Amino acid sequence: MSAQDIIRSIEAEYYKKETPEIYVGDTVRVGVIIQEGNKERTQPYEGTVIAKRNGGISATITVRRIFQGIGVERVFLVHSPRIESIKVIRRGRVRRAKLYYLRDRVGKATRVKQRFDRKL
Amino acid sequence: MSVGILGTKLGMTQIFDEAGRAVPVTVVQAGPCPITQIKTKQTDGYTAIQVGFGSVKEKALTLPELGHLKKSETSPVRHLQEFRLEDVSEFELGHAITADRFSEGQLVDVSGTSMGRGFAGYQKRHNFKRGPMGHGSKNHRLPGSTGAGTTPGRVYPGKRMAGQMGNAQVTVRKLTVVKVDAERNLLLIKGAVPGKSGGLLTIHPATIVGKA
Repeated sequence: MSAQDIIRSIEAEYYKKETPEIYVGDTVRVGVIIQEGNKERTQPYEGTVIAKRNGGISATITVRRIFQGIGVERVFLVHSPRIESIKVIRRGRVRRAKLYYLRDRVGKATRVKQRFDRKL
Repeated sequence: MSVGILGTKLGMTQIFDEAGRAVPVTVVQAGPCPITQIKTKQTDGYTAIQVGFGSVKEKALTLPELGHLKKSETSPVRHLQEFRLEDVSEFELGHAITADRFSEGQLVDVSGTSMGRGFAGYQKRHNFKRGPMGHGSKNHRLPGSTGAGTTPGRVYPGKRMAGQMGNAQVTVRKLTVVKVDAERNLLLIKGAVPGKSGGLLTIHPATIVGKA
């Protein structure tokens, strides 16, 4: 067994069983597990995926939304146990891998065109 | 010093702990290390055990080396290393030191050969500032002053200068063992360890200053 195979086999047990196929431009709802005292609850966070980074077990997505007039970006480790669920709500049609230009836009200009050829 | 283990760095990855935090880990193939010699006060003047690691073809070793290994009936090994100990009575020739000597949460020191950077200049080796790149400046990557003039008339020893960087023994202390896989002889150690993947490492329980 090569070194790479051993590392893959270690990572294998930490992967989530199923994650949706997420593309840049999609609108997603992420269920984040929040600990309050010793109670756990899930808080939904919804926004546009503006970037994907890394691959494999360390893959992350950056989700941007406008909250109370202020742009908020959160980076989620896709396979983290603290992420309860990720659901794709809407597929977006974009021509960039990183949608950082959305940071400079407000209001209507931040809309991403919907695409219908990819399954939800 | 307590007994350690030899291993090969396999690479790095990331796993999640119980709290769901991502932990960066280095995967190390540690042991098994057969004990090839036990040194005692009577025969050698000090007490230590010598362990071997890494299998090689028989023809890769010299006859004296093979003869030495024959005494403990171990198959040919690439590396031999000694661990000085106060008490060697618990060890027996030919027995192997394995990864299960270590436990999860234990602190370890990891030694290895750092990545070689060759003959490196002031900026890379010692983080000196660089000179201005423009405005007529010809001082780009020079060291600046190396000391006073006629008095003392020489450069003090230890002045940081260009030279070989890396490819030297480095020890990273007090790293946490995150996981032990005794079946496959694997250790998962939190954080980075010296050298490239495939490099030889020595892992031993952490030396805590002020504690025996």
